[in-house]
Amino acid sequence: MPEMLTYLLRRSAFLVVSLVVAMMVIFVLLRLLPGDPANALLSVDATPEQIVAARAQVGSDRPLFEQFALWAGQMVRFDLGESYISTLPVGPEIATRLQITLPLTLLAFVLALLLSLVIGITAAVKADTWYGTVLSGFAQLGIAVPVFWVGILLVWVFALGLGVLPSGGFPRDDWEDPADALRSLALPVLTVAIVMSASLSRYIRAATLDVLGSDYLRTARAGGASLGEALLRHGVRNGAVPVIAVLGIELSTTLLGAVVVESVFTLPGLGSMLLTGIEQHDFANIQGVLVVSTLFVLLVGFLADIVQRLIDPRLRARVAGAR
Amino acid sequence: MTGVVEQIEDAAPRRRGGSRTTLVIGLCLTGLIVLLAVVSLLWLPYAPSDISGGRLEGPSGAHLLGTDKLGRDLFTQLMFGARIALIVGIGSVALAAVLGITIGLIAAFARPWVDDSMSAALDVIIAFPVLLLAMLVVAVQGASLWSAILAIGLAMSAVIARLTRILAHRVLHEQFITAARTSGTRWPGIVAFHVLPNIWPTLSVSLALQFGAAVLAEASLSYLGLGAPPPNASWGRLLQEAQGTVLTAPVGAIAPGIALVVLVLGVNFVADGLRDFADPTRRRAR
Repeated sequence: MPEMLTYLLRRSAFLVVSLVVAMMVIFVLLRLLPGDPANALLSVDATPEQIVAARAQVGSDRPLFEQFALWAGQMVRFDLGESYISTLPVGPEIATRLQITLPLTLLAFVLALLLSLVIGITAAVKADTWYGTVLSGFAQLGIAVPVFWVGILLVWVFALGLGVLPSGGFPRDDWEDPADALRSLALPVLTVAIVMSASLSRYIRAATLDVLGSDYLRTARAGGASLGEALLRHGVRNGAVPVIAVLGIELSTTLLGAVVVESVFTLPGLGSMLLTGIEQHDFANIQGVLVVSTLFVLLVGFLADIVQRLIDPRLRARVAGAR
Repeated sequence: MTGVVEQIEDAAPRRRGGSRTTLVIGLCLTGLIVLLAVVSLLWLPYAPSDISGGRLEGPSGAHLLGTDKLGRDLFTQLMFGARIALIVGIGSVALAAVLGITIGLIAAFARPWVDDSMSAALDVIIAFPVLLLAMLVVAVQGASLWSAILAIGLAMSAVIARLTRILAHRVLHEQFITAARTSGTRWPGIVAFHVLPNIWPTLSVSLALQFGAAVLAEASLSYLGLGAPPPNASWGRLLQEAQGTVLTAPVGAIAPGIALVVLVLGVNFVADGLRDFADPTRRRAR
């Protein structure tokens, strides 16, 4: 299928261009900051020599274009530079932090997907019953609820009230004891999953309603298939296309939601690294975290687009026909 | 890239009838918060930073929602927060609308290659999540109410621009545009009399949804300590301050959250209600 290959190439080119543009935006926006990035290293009574040394260390004594070229050059070699404050390499630090943020994001995503499939499909199929209405209501309510508030309420009930789960923090020895680590992640995962399943189930409900009202489903039913069979054989593939587009966006949102949720549960993940970076004006750390999360977001979008085309032949045909 | 219009149209679960009810409920919920904000301009139970009671008192006649850990009246702060939430919502949506509609229209009227590159640039910006962009702007500008509005408004303007462009393209292909052009109407006239009136219904729905998203984004920023600094009692900040004492004084950690939900839910309902009025074809039961 040559049109798929063309699409893949075009989409990959878009991915690369997006990443470069995003890096430029991050870089330029941060340089708009009044004051020199080197200030983060200096005390109030720094001598002129110290200032010169600090500027040389972070490279802010060079022209802006050269700074960007240097930074981009490092990026190509997967080198994210060194923290201005702690002088630790940024890359390994991010890798450590991802050991918390990534499991949190992915576990929450899977849980949310399972929850929202049940909620969304039930709400659509049983739209006439009271529990169908209740489930639709939950979905409507869920998108209006701030994720950190759900976190606070869950801590109140499960950690402080019932005392069954820890209210925050992460074991010092990371994943040494997986059960312990998972216990620390339980409430954060639940928090993200609840909020995310609300918005996801709205899309799944809408897609299911579309499928239920379609002619092909009626034909399948007329041919003698039960509702379950008809949905499985014809509904899933048709309904999945719009949902997958949304899944990509939602997965990215989850990673971002994790930034806030980590703050609720004082988890030392990517989010807390970004927040500390912003507080300390540690450009290397801020840039590193932003580039890694942007890359994540772009890659997810890329995959979502590819999968959609694999599922839906109509989309593949549209590529060949161009705009 | 998926069609924005389709996504937005899919976003609302379809109801059989009842769009008027949705609109009325939405207006009531939103009105409640607007009322709080308006009254707060004329009268507050106490001064916002006034230590008017003991620490962490429960609700009473003197303090409807009790007091915070410094002894300040929580209801006063909640009313003050309504003002901030509305300012952020209105400010960032206004910014997003002005910027987004302008950019979208320019793209729609421009030569194809300009249009294509503008639309690709918008896709890149949209791929960049609102909260990250907001945190970046705050990192540059320093935390304040205006940074938050600027950040959220800028991020959202890309979404509005993309929607405007798509909608305007649809309208520009209509025959009445050709008719207007042949009868000598210039582009300002076409924009003002033909394009804007035709795309406004769908745009207004999207703007209403963005309003809710803006309020939630500001709450998240304040919760993270990146919103307006202390004397400005944003709901997000109230929740952050009350988090530690949720067991002894639960009201402080519940009330601002409910206020947030009421406002965002109300605005979303208004958007849903508007959508059905904007598009008569949707009013028919599916």
